[in-house]
Amino acid sequence: MEYLIGIQGPDYVLVAADNVAASSIIQMKHDYDKMFKLSEKILLLCVGEAGDTVQFAEYIQKNVQLYKMRNGYELSPSAAANFTRKNLADYLRSRTPYHVNLLLAGHDESDGPGLFYMDYMASLAKAPFAAHGYGAFLTLSILDRYYRPDLSRVEAVELLRKCVEELNKRFILNLPSFSVRLIDKDGIHDMEKITLTAK
Amino acid sequence: MALQDLCNFGDIFQESVGTARNVTASGKRKSCSYASGVALSNSTSLFHFYIPEAGYLDESPIQFGQISTMQSSSGIPFPEMLPIPSSLPESLPFTSSQAVPLPFPMAHGTTTLAFMFQGGVLAAADTRSSCSGLVACPASQKILPIHSHLVGTTSGTSADCALWKRILSRELRLYQLRYGRRLSTRGAAKLLSHMLHPFKGTELYCGCPCFSGPSLFYVCSDGTRLEGSLFSVGSGSPYAYSILDQGVRWGLTVEEATSIAREAVYRATHRDAYSGNFVDVYHVTSKGWTRRTREDLKEEYYREKERRRLERERRGTALSG
Repeated sequence: MEYLIGIQGPDYVLVAADNVAASSIIQMKHDYDKMFKLSEKILLLCVGEAGDTVQFAEYIQKNVQLYKMRNGYELSPSAAANFTRKNLADYLRSRTPYHVNLLLAGHDESDGPGLFYMDYMASLAKAPFAAHGYGAFLTLSILDRYYRPDLSRVEAVELLRKCVEELNKRFILNLPSFSVRLIDKDGIHDMEKITLTAK
Repeated sequence: MALQDLCNFGDIFQESVGTARNVTASGKRKSCSYASGVALSNSTSLFHFYIPEAGYLDESPIQFGQISTMQSSSGIPFPEMLPIPSSLPESLPFTSSQAVPLPFPMAHGTTTLAFMFQGGVLAAADTRSSCSGLVACPASQKILPIHSHLVGTTSGTSADCALWKRILSRELRLYQLRYGRRLSTRGAAKLLSHMLHPFKGTELYCGCPCFSGPSLFYVCSDGTRLEGSLFSVGSGSPYAYSILDQGVRWGLTVEEATSIAREAVYRATHRDAYSGNFVDVYHVTSKGWTRRTREDLKEEYYREKERRRLERERRGTALSG
């Protein structure tokens, strides 16, 4: 039902998420933001079971902030991703597992941009591009075909647009608009929402 | 900050039951009985007030679905399953995110709706309480005022809704007394959402558009919490949504808004078997909430039939039955 996508470039990460908050067959909100800002240069995109997403994402968010307050510097994206994965893994075999699928995108001064794919089984993979949701079945091959490690920002947005258009064409559910954000060495930038009218 | 204080609330009560910190006398008595009766009295979490005694859950003949399916299928060994009574003190076991089976299908038989407009927030709900196929009460109240400026609509199990409304009222009042200001709607919604989180998976209670001027939140027992300007909850909600989506704009007058809210509930009750009887309309503004007299939708049905008949006669065309 929900869709997340991330594309890593040479010095930036582009991420997008759909804006629908649904409850069974009804769209309750059309402008819901699924991205959580962990720090100045790290975004966590979170989809999955209804209450689990917000609870887990906010838990991670507050803990990352706490680390900064205690130690005076921020966690790197890789550290934050591993911390998130550890929490997912710890809760997985408890009585309260969190059923969430995540993308963590960030920019580190020394390591550069990073995109981390995590799923509810607490797997973690650093990937050049990734997607979550049923929409991923439709768009991963487009990403495979057109992705290059040296994509410019404009080209990355174009690639994202191709993916969204494919969803609009073939995906059974209506996902009318997508929030788009870009992370680079200067922080998180909000980009223009991609809105498609029904074909 | 506030939530942390509330979570230490248990401590305060355990230690100083006799002090005059309690809000009302009846509240104090209730808390005493909780403190003595529950076997978990040395716990410090607020939530342990709300769990029935461990003994009761163990002996209850009706499996309310909180106990996992794994236990009921006896032959299969599950090494990680702890017996329920001992696991209660450490954590709340009923928070599995898998759906657990219920003794009978509890549909959220209701139509409630709320929306914001220039004149404040309007809420409307039907009044039928159903219980698997029979109308248990045709005149129940589904919109419960929490305080003078906050009203919650309820959908789901009536008992749970009533309970949580009272718990929320109590917590908000305590917040007000402690900090000298009213908790915002956003805060109240967050508080309710966090209080419901341990009970996730038990289909406890669903859908509480609670609002005070001017904001509107939808809180659900599965953990969803959304801010918006139009929500409808319950089995009749799709029907209500379609009427509301056509007519609700920011610039409505109070009369127009009331009329469309009534119309939406009426149409939903017409189509949905589990909604019906009367309609309640509440209007919340900065001065507080006001309630419109309860209206019987049966009359509305007959009035509409009459209107249609007159229109047909006026047009002079004969329409088939």
